[in-house]
Amino acid sequence: MIKGKTVSRLGDRGILIEFSQDISENTLKTILNFRNRLLESEFEQKVEITNTYNSLLISYPFTIRNFYSEFSKVSSILELTNISKSFKKRVFKIPVCYEAKFAPDLETVARLRKLKKEEIIELHSGSQYLVYFTGFLPGFLYLGGMNKKIATARKETPRKMVERGSVGIAEDQTGIYPQESPGGWQIIGRTPLELFDIKLETPTPFVAGNYVQFFPVSELEYFQIKEEVEHGKYEFQMIEMNG
Amino acid sequence: MGELLVKQAGLFTTIQDLGRFGSRKYGVPESGVVDRYAFRICNLILGNSSNAAVMEMTFMGPVLKFNSATNICIGGADLTPKINDLEVELHTPFQIQAGDILSFGKRKFGLRSYLAIKDGFQSPEVLGSRSWLHSITGKTRLQKGQVLGYQASEAMINSSHAAIQVDTDYLESKEIEAYEGPEFVKLPKHLQELIFQQKFTLHGDSNRMAIQFEETFQNNLESIHTSPVMPGTVQLTPSGKLIALMRDCQTTGGYPRVLQLSEFGIQVLAQKTPGEIVQFRKKL
Repeated sequence: MIKGKTVSRLGDRGILIEFSQDISENTLKTILNFRNRLLESEFEQKVEITNTYNSLLISYPFTIRNFYSEFSKVSSILELTNISKSFKKRVFKIPVCYEAKFAPDLETVARLRKLKKEEIIELHSGSQYLVYFTGFLPGFLYLGGMNKKIATARKETPRKMVERGSVGIAEDQTGIYPQESPGGWQIIGRTPLELFDIKLETPTPFVAGNYVQFFPVSELEYFQIKEEVEHGKYEFQMIEMNG
Repeated sequence: MGELLVKQAGLFTTIQDLGRFGSRKYGVPESGVVDRYAFRICNLILGNSSNAAVMEMTFMGPVLKFNSATNICIGGADLTPKINDLEVELHTPFQIQAGDILSFGKRKFGLRSYLAIKDGFQSPEVLGSRSWLHSITGKTRLQKGQVLGYQASEAMINSSHAAIQVDTDYLESKEIEAYEGPEFVKLPKHLQELIFQQKFTLHGDSNRMAIQFEETFQNNLESIHTSPVMPGTVQLTPSGKLIALMRDCQTTGGYPRVLQLSEFGIQVLAQKTPGEIVQFRKKL
């Protein structure tokens, strides 16, 4: 096996591939390149291949019949080197209203970080965040790349209910609540977009490797966009460039 | 379309098939029946397709009234099913007439019982599955007064389907088959042995998302970067709690994954009630 990669069995229905333990754009790209390679092979069942920061999971709907043949197929693909390919970089623009009504913790974050509220907003909306994967809740994106200057600890007492669309900070991560949920993140704004819409055939447009960037909107714009979303008239703003 | 009226909901009753497959990439839990064996047997006996939706009933069954003829089969845990107050056998097809009432009595063994119906329950399909999960289908569990649809049918079940050998020994088994999980090797040697020697008691705070255990398993494993988990993944928390993830579990988690139950292990554990004592048995 190639250094830094291990293949193991995850029960009767999974093959787990683990890569180096750092969290970085490069590791993600390596993982996604291997995933694309694996997707080209034939498996004994219709599998799904998903990633996290350091892993790929090949999940099977039923017990794997011929584990050794599946295992050696996967291992031989992992022996391949130099399979990097450049990705098209897709950046989704996400409107966020940072006004007090939707940002109960913006003041706290500003106070803790000794910054003005406007500076927090500028720093939060000034970065492009890499989508590592979706997990935790349907449609919840694990985003990387937040400016350390606005990193803030979770609330000491989590809220019983955080509104859907809330945008928050927890340590050096930022994230969006795709649905109403209990939670301890510091809430600094809210997006009118639906991050996970079960009525659509593809319930979320985001995939691992995409980027998102937030842009501030007023309360009025928030409600205008929300109305467009509710009538199915809103289209995600996306910029594509060669990465 | 036949209709089934829920007169009493039971303790925790849902509609399930084999679950959502292919939506893990959206962070959507798999869901589906916890005991796949009981599910498969009941559908086979009725001659149903292999993914026909059934009703999963937990500990205490519901009271249901059918308004048209059909065939049903009940399997898994024995919650003493009765039709119009007459006890019916498990794993046997039964012809229902309009107006019949299905109810349940005392729990004899097992935790989860399955009611299969000819051609399956017709609850809406979302992301390829009829399984109920609040965040996906908006339904959490069966409610009193609710009405469920099924295909009415006067036909009798071909008895050849009914001659299936059913093995119910697993319902009494206390041994939970488990592979080593990805972080198993990080446990010190004595804990690697202890985890297969110690007995664990099922905690009352167990459900379709996870089964927890009362004993603590002292350890100093560090948390991991958020990583994939599947039904059957056994996580170990810093406070020493073992958590066996079940079908409605999240797709990712940050606790060390010390064991991974086999599908048979999930099936056995799924039928244990809080307070019962089990032991993990290593599968290589």
